[in-house]
Amino acid sequence: MELTVLDQNNDAAAAAAGGCSTGSCGTTDDQMSHLPDSIREKVENHPCYSEEAHHYFARMHVAVAPACNIQCHYCNRKYDCSNESRPGVVSELLTPDQAVMKTKAVAANIPQMTVLGIAGPGDPLANPERTFETFRRLSEEAPDIKLCVSTNGLALPESVDELAKHNIDHVTITINTVDPDIGAQIYPWIYWNNRRIRGRRGAEILIEQQQKGLQMLVDRGILVKVNSVMIPGVNDQHLKEVSRIVKEKGAFLHNVMPLISEPEHGTFYGLMGQRGPEPEELQDLQDECAGDMNMMRHCRQCRADAVGLLGEDRGEEFTIDKIEQMNIDYDAAMQTRKVVHEGIMEELHEKQEKKRRLAAVSVSANDATPQANTRPALMAVATSGGGLINQHFGHATEFLIYEASPAGVRFISHRKVDQYCIGNDSCGEKESALAGSIRALKGCEAVLCSKIGYEPWSLLEEAGIVPNGEHAMEPIEEAVLAVYQEMAAEGKLEEPQPEAAVSQTASA
Amino acid sequence: MSLAIVDSCVNCWACYDVCPSDAIYQSSPHFLIDTKKCTECEGDYAHPQCASICPIEQAILDASGMPVNPYGSLTGIPPELLEDAMQEIQSR
Ligand code: SF4
Ligand code: SF4
Ligand code: SF4
Repeated sequence: MELTVLDQNNDAAAAAAGGCSTGSCGTTDDQMSHLPDSIREKVENHPCYSEEAHHYFARMHVAVAPACNIQCHYCNRKYDCSNESRPGVVSELLTPDQAVMKTKAVAANIPQMTVLGIAGPGDPLANPERTFETFRRLSEEAPDIKLCVSTNGLALPESVDELAKHNIDHVTITINTVDPDIGAQIYPWIYWNNRRIRGRRGAEILIEQQQKGLQMLVDRGILVKVNSVMIPGVNDQHLKEVSRIVKEKGAFLHNVMPLISEPEHGTFYGLMGQRGPEPEELQDLQDECAGDMNMMRHCRQCRADAVGLLGEDRGEEFTIDKIEQMNIDYDAAMQTRKVVHEGIMEELHEKQEKKRRLAAVSVSANDATPQANTRPALMAVATSGGGLINQHFGHATEFLIYEASPAGVRFISHRKVDQYCIGNDSCGEKESALAGSIRALKGCEAVLCSKIGYEPWSLLEEAGIVPNGEHAMEPIEEAVLAVYQEMAAEGKLEEPQPEAAVSQTASA
Repeated sequence: MSLAIVDSCVNCWACYDVCPSDAIYQSSPHFLIDTKKCTECEGDYAHPQCASICPIEQAILDASGMPVNPYGSLTGIPPELLEDAMQEIQSR
């Protein structure tokens, strides 16, 4: 079961491209399986937390909370909260009333929508009236929708009681540091007890509040996810400690996101020339943190008013004037939703079963052959969703990076690329943008896609990346494993990785 | 006496919620302060609340027309040190 993916190759979508792009996610070996049953039940059909679920279930955000009570150096307050969105995105601000209307309209039209989040455009908890009125009404009027909220944490302790009253079981806190000296390099000031507090002291209060809030939520059995923005030279090494601490305190997921600091977004970091991490730096850090904690690698940094499956935005279908025309009978919708959800859960369970069988097969197949000691290899996949290799190389706005090794196939990360071809027109920048895509694939030994043009084909080969269009429409993991086994059979894995690709897997 | 919001305002709403006098209103192209209602927070707070939460330098002026948050006051980097700070950040 799959939602229709809207055609993103039109102008409106291009304009919104600062937000989510088309594409899909990666599924790693059952990321949720280590969690206690009580938690697993809660997150099983949450599209942001379960890598499986977000192929099937949809989430939406409503932008009801404009104000913010701190300043992050990676945020330009003209735009949405950078903790939750890519910078440079502006959401349509809604009143709580409009937000409730929109949520019900989407839930009725997209029965796969299970989660409603408030993530901005500012800090939801710095807008307690707007945020809580929205939650209060939804808990009453649409009890089958899960609610979640994300925050910078400053106002979290005072909000926990109110949060606990509603249907809210997921809170995301952005924690970039536990060290006030590092904090002072990220947060120039906070607004606290009716004053602006600058520098180290401000960061210290923010950190205290974040940690206190985290503890209070965990004590009440509310799930906490922690997001961190990786800022090279500021908190990159430190995030390992953050990961360890938040895990000890009981956060169930830690999600490390790359700093995005394009100068044109006008953030302090962007204007000052602070760089973001290279894909391999991010991946290394995520790997190191993963030993400590379950990582969320498929996060897409959606925009605050996003609607749809992760990586897909159907917001255009649900603008306020369109919603006002819709006549929603929510009781009837809830019946339909229930049937659809049950169907999806069944399909998910079947898929997990199949995966377990597949894993068992591939391990034993490897055990039986001398290839059991082959080195790991990274591969990139172009997909538009559904867990299949189903996208043209030239249409991919991002690639999913997988690592294949004798232990099996695991999802590593997303890598964004600029599209080098967006249809008939505007292919002028083609050459250089294509080179950009190839750079984004650094470290990969193969790229799997449904089709690929002649020109990129030869450029990829020159870069030491083998283009592969033979597995179109096949499930990603099976195809990656098949290619890995071919590489092994051809003896490619006995040679060291080709020059151009070496830097990546060396440390991975 | 009253504070005033000027052009560099980015309409972030932060000041709107914290004003004790209900003096701030949404307008186009940016938020404005009702001079008749603004008390400069006198009697309520030690500092004008709007100017204590506003994230944008130069966006709010005091009664004498001077920016309450001049250039460099919110980033914490005075303009004369900007070059140095930039170099330090770019070497990360
Ligand atoms: S918390 Fe969000 S809205 Fe506030 S400054 Fe940070 S990134 Fe921007
Ligand atoms: S100075 Fe105080 S009273 Fe005047 S607009 Fe600002 S917050 Fe309101
Ligand atoms: S806080 Fe500053 S930028 Fe935001 S709306 Fe008020 S005056 Fe404008």
